[in-house]
Amino acid sequence: MMLRDQDRIFRNLYGSEPWHLDAARRRGDWDGTRDLIAKGRDWLVEEVKASGLRGRGGAGFPTGLKWSFMPKQPTGQPVYLVVNADESEPGTCKDREILRHEPHKLIEGCLLAGAAMGCTAGYIYIRGEFVREAEVLQAALEEAYAAGLLGRDAAGSGYDFELYLHRGAGAYICGEETGLLESLEGKKGQPRLKPPFPAAAGLYGRPTTVNNVETIAVVPTILRRGASWFSDLGKPNNTGTKIFCISGHVNRPCTVEEEMGIPLKVLIERHCGGVRGGWDNLLAVIPGGSSVPLLPKSICDTVHMDFDSLREVRSGLGTAGVIVMDRSTDIVRAIARLSKFYMHESCGQCTPCREGTGWLWRMMTRLAEGRARLEEIDLLDEVTREIEGHTICALGDAAAWPVQGLIRHFRPELERRIRAAALQQAQQRQAA
Amino acid sequence: MPKLTIDGQTIEVPPGSTVLQACEAAGREIPVFCYHPRLNIAGNCRMCLVELEKSPKPIASCAMPAADGMVIHTDTPVVHKARRGVLELLLINHPLDCPICDQGGECDLQDLTLFYGPDHSRFAENKRPVADKDLGPLISTHMTRCIHCTRCIRFLNEVAGVEELGACARGEHMEITTWIEAALTSELQGNIIDLCPVGALNSKPYEYRARTWELKKTESVDVLDALGCNIRVDSRGNEVMRVLPRLNEAINEEWISDKTRFAYDGLRRRRLDVPMVKRDGKLREASWSEALRAAAERLAGTGPERVAAVVGDLADLESMLLLKELMAALGSPHLDCRQDGAKLGIGPRASWLFNPTIAGIEQADVCLLVGCDPRSEAPVLNARLRKRWRQGGFRVGRIGPPRDLTYPVEELGAGPQTLQEVVGGGIAFAQALRDARAPLVVVGSGAVARPDGAAVLALAASLPVQREAWNGFAVLHRAASRVGGLELGILPGPGGRDVAGILHGVEAGEIEVVYLLGADEIEASRLRGAFVIYQGHHGDRGAAAADIVLPGAAYTEKHATYVNTEGRPQRGKLAVFPPGEAKEDWRILRALHDALGLRSDVATLGDVRARIATLAPHLARIDEVTPANWEPLADAGAVDRAPFGYPFDDFYRTDSISRASAVMAECSRLARERRASEATGTHG
Repeated sequence: MMLRDQDRIFRNLYGSEPWHLDAARRRGDWDGTRDLIAKGRDWLVEEVKASGLRGRGGAGFPTGLKWSFMPKQPTGQPVYLVVNADESEPGTCKDREILRHEPHKLIEGCLLAGAAMGCTAGYIYIRGEFVREAEVLQAALEEAYAAGLLGRDAAGSGYDFELYLHRGAGAYICGEETGLLESLEGKKGQPRLKPPFPAAAGLYGRPTTVNNVETIAVVPTILRRGASWFSDLGKPNNTGTKIFCISGHVNRPCTVEEEMGIPLKVLIERHCGGVRGGWDNLLAVIPGGSSVPLLPKSICDTVHMDFDSLREVRSGLGTAGVIVMDRSTDIVRAIARLSKFYMHESCGQCTPCREGTGWLWRMMTRLAEGRARLEEIDLLDEVTREIEGHTICALGDAAAWPVQGLIRHFRPELERRIRAAALQQAQQRQAA
Repeated sequence: MPKLTIDGQTIEVPPGSTVLQACEAAGREIPVFCYHPRLNIAGNCRMCLVELEKSPKPIASCAMPAADGMVIHTDTPVVHKARRGVLELLLINHPLDCPICDQGGECDLQDLTLFYGPDHSRFAENKRPVADKDLGPLISTHMTRCIHCTRCIRFLNEVAGVEELGACARGEHMEITTWIEAALTSELQGNIIDLCPVGALNSKPYEYRARTWELKKTESVDVLDALGCNIRVDSRGNEVMRVLPRLNEAINEEWISDKTRFAYDGLRRRRLDVPMVKRDGKLREASWSEALRAAAERLAGTGPERVAAVVGDLADLESMLLLKELMAALGSPHLDCRQDGAKLGIGPRASWLFNPTIAGIEQADVCLLVGCDPRSEAPVLNARLRKRWRQGGFRVGRIGPPRDLTYPVEELGAGPQTLQEVVGGGIAFAQALRDARAPLVVVGSGAVARPDGAAVLALAASLPVQREAWNGFAVLHRAASRVGGLELGILPGPGGRDVAGILHGVEAGEIEVVYLLGADEIEASRLRGAFVIYQGHHGDRGAAAADIVLPGAAYTEKHATYVNTEGRPQRGKLAVFPPGEAKEDWRILRALHDALGLRSDVATLGDVRARIATLAPHLARIDEVTPANWEPLADAGAVDRAPFGYPFDDFYRTDSISRASAVMAECSRLARERRASEATGTHG
């Protein structure tokens, strides 16, 4: 199986055509938007629910269900849509391509999502490092305003919707939805306690839905082509198409839209020209951005790329940023580098993550060189479990999981290094 | 009312409770670091994790609203593991310096580690050092000990109303800091020492002076403002080592001002510790009997109409009564306790009390401040006003010069004319007062300490602030002795002179002998023409003018009663003995009775208190406010055009104790410098 071209949502993912409004319209964007909005809030939410769309930001929460948490009746008070374009997950570059080449899909999606939830305004929070992308998106927004597609009586629908672009300042934690809201409000980006969830009290204390760029950008196509078209793609409960970003030791790293549930091996072989040195040279794959546990080759042979399949093998689809590592990889150093990333990006608010991420990195650094005792492998695992599930946001989990995956699948390698280093030390002592 | 099951026990809690409160109601102790019932919930320490059935992860009980049907477990392996994990993580970068840490013995981290924590460290890396911050003369920092609970940040932002501390950087580099190094300016900053669960923030004056377990703890009340904040005086030997707040929801909750907390070093300086008599133009040490005899001779040898007495701001109820009786026995009507000349005490009792009570501020919805600067006159009361403002729906107007009170205030005008307009209903705020459910008018003692004070008071009292079961008329005193003095009638008798009259009388040669009971806030230089007997504890302004010094006891050195601005009598207790030969004040006056050959039937402090109870039964109801009946005041003439002034510019040096304190002097210097730099425009 392979995604047919007519089922592709992001037809300009590679920027072969211009991004601007005329070109986007030729690709089918902004077609009949007014009629879609005219079908009413309930229809819009139900259609998204029926499509089985799950959030593309990593957690995979059903989008339609999330939308249905918003207040049903307008109260005269503002209600917000916030789009998370703070794509910072290592190994992930799907939203970037949308922002670069398909900004109108996102803008139209914002209008439709806003209409579905009765939002008075939308904010797109874009990663600070995305300078060119922000320029494109801002230009696209201005085009949309100029064409009457946003603002008062957006797209002639009778619905008023303002959409703003806000640039972040470059902190990973601002991609966490409540950290993002804090940052958007002008505060230090520290995740909030939940409950209350954003749907009850989000931006400026008002009901808010935070969605990923890809989630919002696929909405117009789903609505135009029908929920059943989308839900027929992929697998039950893991429907539709997904943008995968494959990087690392493959012959042609790429970003590609594929059907959910595609076998990992097919994904790599078909779109990336295979693993460098052949499939048998594969060591491990991190299937969903840096936050999920890695998979050794034995699992990669057969695993399918969707939320539930990856959960079964104790990993996750995450953002679908596939990081491929061949046998030349120093796997312990690779994970140690991820630990350093999480230590650096921890907001410092809550104890387990603030203190634990640094400890993990320090132990990982020693383990990479074998400068440790065998018992410390268990200690490392225990520390990850002191962090996991005990923090305000998921960054603690994200820091813990890669290390857990390493211990789960590469414990012999860790032990080998410790023994080798001890042996070397003993020999040095003897020689001296 | 949500009904929860906690460790198998079903419990119903009020709506809006958190799971933590429910657990406490069920008698389960939940360990916490960041949670504090008077601060916003931060939920960052993760110490309070409990297990909620059907939740995949343990929940932070401090932040989770209690909901119907929740099943909570607080004593499971998951919970114990979570607590031990959090403690282990808190400890990895916490220094092992408990033996030299001031918090040792009263440290939450120590205590909780003992009960819930690991017994050894598995951390083989280097610990993280953090540079200490200079927060000024009151608070010392050991930031390496900080566990980032952010209570200090939240206290300053929320309760004190100054955004002076924050968290910079992120992850393990996060630090609590002022960002640009500067002393904290809040007059409530000392409370962050108590709030700090570890030894990161310590009291600078107390640092390294004592260990907590060596201290004798005496529960007492403060006299440095008129609130009567409840304090605990910690002493070692005969020295006050520190002053801490004591919980009293009706008065100070659990806060005290920096003056209350840090002025105690003034108790060791400039003390009067031996009786002195002036000979050859110089005060010389004398024995008690000599000094008392000299005083008695002078008092007895002067015509009663030529003798006067002034009571100071720190005087206690018992000694005031004995002084009043002494003056009555001598036959002198010249007696006053209003050093600042406030025109109070003439009308009914309700006209000089803080009738709505301090806790009652939280019921008020509109507040008018008349010539009152609560932030410097009573910082803890100002915190209560701010607390009310933070709850929303609270409008505050002010008549008087603008000063920052940490919450928005509508500036109505500067002087009594504006008050007249409000009374006349001429401005919009008057309507707000009329429409209010529980309006509050706070009259500062400065507003009535002026020639037209009585008229100002009558005008303010004519505002429509009475409701059913609510009297919103409030006088904010600033002297701890004042309400007690007014209750006992320490006021000029028929034909008697008030303070201004006494001073004038001295200058005119009509008053020959002046007895000062700790009176230091008068222009003592004007007493030069009189023979001055000074009874008090500090060599301040009053003693400088004295011919005889009778050394008395400061508030930490005597068992005594004080009545706060609400009219609430409270007992202060002896924590240390008066220094040298100084005595408790009631004893000195009792001895003076004897020296004068006056018959006195009081032999013990109990006798004095019994006398007070017969004279004013409500003053014997300790810790209780006896409400005063409201009667309209008689018109007291025309008001002046002069704008209201505030009693003092310098919060830190307002009485003989704080003036003797080096710590307060330093705070005062910093505050002056800050104001000067702001005035030149070089700030910000």
